[in-house]
Amino acid sequence: MYEFRMPSLGADMEAGTLSKWLVRPGDSVRRGDIVAIIETEKSDIEVEIFTSGVVDQILVEKGQRVPVGTLLATLRTNGAALPQPPAPSSVVLPPTVPPPPSATPPVVVPPLPVGRVSGRGAWDQMEGLRASPAARKRARELGLNLAAVTGTGPGGAIILADVEKASAPPPPRLRAHAVARKMAEKLGIDLAKVTGTGVGGVITKADVEAAARPTPIEAPEAPPERARDRAASMRRAIAAAMARSKKEIPHYYLATEIEMSRSLAWLAQKNLERPITERLLPAALLLKAVALALQNVPELNGFWVDGAFRPSQEVHLGVAISVRGGGLIAPAIHNADRKSLGELMTALRDLVQRARTGTLRSSEVSDPTVTVTNLGDQGVETVFGVIYPPQVALIGLGRIVEKAWAADGQPTVRPVLTASLSADHRASDGHRGGTFLATLDRLLQKPETL
Amino acid sequence: MSAITTRTPEEIRSALLASLGEIAPEANLAGIDPGESLREQLDLDSMDFLNFAIGLHQRLGVEIPEADYPRLTTLDGAMAYLRTKG
Repeated sequence: MYEFRMPSLGADMEAGTLSKWLVRPGDSVRRGDIVAIIETEKSDIEVEIFTSGVVDQILVEKGQRVPVGTLLATLRTNGAALPQPPAPSSVVLPPTVPPPPSATPPVVVPPLPVGRVSGRGAWDQMEGLRASPAARKRARELGLNLAAVTGTGPGGAIILADVEKASAPPPPRLRAHAVARKMAEKLGIDLAKVTGTGVGGVITKADVEAAARPTPIEAPEAPPERARDRAASMRRAIAAAMARSKKEIPHYYLATEIEMSRSLAWLAQKNLERPITERLLPAALLLKAVALALQNVPELNGFWVDGAFRPSQEVHLGVAISVRGGGLIAPAIHNADRKSLGELMTALRDLVQRARTGTLRSSEVSDPTVTVTNLGDQGVETVFGVIYPPQVALIGLGRIVEKAWAADGQPTVRPVLTASLSADHRASDGHRGGTFLATLDRLLQKPETL
Repeated sequence: MSAITTRTPEEIRSALLASLGEIAPEANLAGIDPGESLREQLDLDSMDFLNFAIGLHQRLGVEIPEADYPRLTTLDGAMAYLRTKG
């Protein structure tokens, strides 16, 4: 049996609303299928499932807003255990955590983390779970089975805070009818928060049902209302994330000017040969160059979690996209370093369109390993952005401006772009940051290699 | 395949507004100043502008080389340019 729980779709997400189910009990699903649409403060997210099986029970109804980790549905998996983790030679498997005394029945298979796995080498794996070493150590100390813990780290991995939360002592036994307990467990309702209206204050099934209803029930609103609400809640989410970033991350900033005449000329030439629908924007070239440059400086590509840097093996480039009507979202282009310019362009166009119309996939929102912000079109020359935790870097690209430029000792006028780097000083230092920008510059002087 | 047929000004105008409406759905197109920059009035970035050009290409069958982008700066300019295209 596989437990499909409300995923964490962003650093500060605490709860989400189940907007729509795309499957019903009895439907067969395959790994990667989109099974539900979940509404967050920022946008509607199409959530992918990470196992194959048959939908058994749907436990959270359309319209309900529930906390991250709430059981949404159960699936019958096809008998066998979930896919095994990679061979021991590539991953150091820690000793198995002994199950707690009130053991979970042996047939329960640990759920795969919700969210695509990125960066194997840095995460210790155990039975398919991704957890930081600090989290696993604490779990071992507490005798806690990690399979029972919901992960809120990048890609659904389990971090220390998740283990601490799961290990909090149970509240004093509440008086509740057995049916009420069962229903509360199914719906992911915390009995401590339910007011009992039965004899002597005991919690009845009706009380749990009442607690489960979303308050207030969202009536279908006229689009402008909804858009305003969405804009306001997005603003709050961004505010929370940015405040947290500045509080926790010691930022350092670097910038460099990159002469773009070769790149632009090469691009113009290429575009003459391509139909309009396949035209490349400078953005595609820049994103490819950034992705390749990161291979040189891996300290900028990954996550800071529980006191250490976890480099990512893949480059999932978060692209900051402004949402019409105000707001910002930065979903990922997966494996940007391995895509051709044409593929990058297509991915970018598709991402921008879906980010603006409000429907992204869960893997796009939870997977970025680094983010790029491009304010060149707005006329800003240099942008020093705020890093999105738990990432450790943000690359800023400004407007391409004609500037006086010395070439071979002669004054000329060239198109110049100012590229900046905001980076987490815990994960890297100025020298490495400088190396990244220098590599970026070098790559953009040879656009034919991109 | 680009079929360059003779279009009436109304058809061109309607194609222009439809393309703009697609990329800026919340904008009040009736309120656009035809002599002022479309990019500024509608807050368009380079991606939006490319999509605008593609929209015109698909609706009117015209080829719009990158070198001609400056001719599409304003609504009036775009009208004049597209009429020369047939």
